[in-house]
Amino acid sequence: MYKYKRYDIVLDATDNVATRYLLNDACVLARKPLVSGSALRFEGQLTVYNCDGGPCYRCLFPQPPPPETVTNCSEGGVIGVVPGIIGSMQALEAIKIASGIGSSYTQRLLLFDALDGTFRSVKLRPRSPTCIVCGNEPSITQLIDYIQFCGAAASDKEKELTVLDQQFRINAKEYQAMLTCGEPHLLLDVRPEVELGICQLPHASLNIPLAIFNKDASKATKQVLQWIRDLEEKKQEFEQQQESSLSHSHDAAKALGNNHSPTVVCVCRRGNDSQLVVRRLQEELKIQISCGELSKGQQDIKLVDIKGGLHAWARHVDREFPIY
Amino acid sequence: MLPITVEFSGGAELLCGNVKKHEVELPKLDGKWQIRNLLVWIKDNLIQERPELFLLGDTVRPGILVLINDADWELMGELDYDLQERDRIVFISTLHGG
Repeated sequence: MYKYKRYDIVLDATDNVATRYLLNDACVLARKPLVSGSALRFEGQLTVYNCDGGPCYRCLFPQPPPPETVTNCSEGGVIGVVPGIIGSMQALEAIKIASGIGSSYTQRLLLFDALDGTFRSVKLRPRSPTCIVCGNEPSITQLIDYIQFCGAAASDKEKELTVLDQQFRINAKEYQAMLTCGEPHLLLDVRPEVELGICQLPHASLNIPLAIFNKDASKATKQVLQWIRDLEEKKQEFEQQQESSLSHSHDAAKALGNNHSPTVVCVCRRGNDSQLVVRRLQEELKIQISCGELSKGQQDIKLVDIKGGLHAWARHVDREFPIY
Repeated sequence: MLPITVEFSGGAELLCGNVKKHEVELPKLDGKWQIRNLLVWIKDNLIQERPELFLLGDTVRPGILVLINDADWELMGELDYDLQERDRIVFISTLHGG
C-alpha cells in the first residue's frame, strides 16, 4: 500500500472511481503530484492534481458520483487511440514536472474530443481550504475504504445482477435445444441496435433495447405482444406438424415447462439487461391484464432470459461466436 | 430573450438525445437568469431522459463539472452567476475509464 512513497510522481491511468479517490488521497498524504488521465468512448480528459497550489480530485469532486451514473470502458467502450493520446500527454506532463519545468495542467483541465477533433483547456478552481483531505483542517489523515466510500467495486467489470428467480431463466444450452428442435418462440434482443451489427444469435429476433423499455415500457410491451400474435399462428402450425411426427422436442419442452403459451426469450450481452427487461415485461403485462387488455392466451405468456447472455452462448455453445 | 450556448460532454449529452451543443434562447424572466434557474430550464427543455442523472436537489449531481465560458463555475459564483448574452455553459461528466 505504501509502495507509492518510493516514487516522486504518480500517474493515474486507472479505470474506476474508487481507485481514483484512493490514488488522490494517497498522493495528498504523501505530497506527490498526481497526473490524472481518463478516457471513454471518443473523449479524454487530463489534469494534474495536488501540485503547485492546484486542487486535488476531492476539491473538484467532494462526493463520488452515484454508481449508476458511472459508465466504464468495458460497458461504454473506448477507442484505443484516445487513451493512447491521453497517456502520451500524461508522460509529457510527468517529464515536465520531473525536470522542473512544471506542468501546464495544474488547475487546468484538458478536454479532448476525438469525434470533433478538438482540444479544449479550461480553468479549474484552486485548492479548496475546506477540502477534507488537502484542506487546512483535513479530516482524512489516512487511507479509507474506497469501495465503501464510492459504493462501487474497484474494477471496471460489470456486476452480475440477480433480478430474476431461476424459474424465469434458461441457460445457453437449453436455448440451443430450443433452436435444434425448432420450438417457436420470440427472441427479444435487448441490446442497443448498433451492437446487433456485431453479432446475433442464429434465430430471427425482435430488437427492443432496454433504453426503450425504460422510456416507454407500455409501448415496448405492445410491440412484443404484436409479435406474439404473429408467433401464435406459427406455433399452431408447428403443433400440427408435431402431432404428425413423433416429438423430437421433448428436451426443449422440459426446459421450458410443458405448456402451450407463447414463450419470449430475452437476450443481451451478459445477462443483466435481459433480466431487467423480463422484470419490466412482467410488470407491464400485470398492468395490462388488470386493465382487461389481454386475451386469455396472452395472459399466460412465458418470459425467460438467457443466463449470462451472449457471453454464455460463446462459452457453452458456440466457441466461435464473437464476443465483445 | 437571452441567447446562450449550452453544451454537454463526457457522456452527459446522452441525457439530451446525444446532442452536444445547444444554441438556446432563454425566455424573458421577471428576475435575472442565473445558473440556478437555468438548471431547471435545462431539465424541463433539454433533458430527455432520467433527469435524476443530471440534477440532485437544486444543483448538478456529483461528478458533473460546470464550466462558465471555459472556467470552473466555482470561480464564477456557481448557482448565483448572472447569465450574460452569448455565455457558454458546459456540463462535463467526468470520465473514469482508462
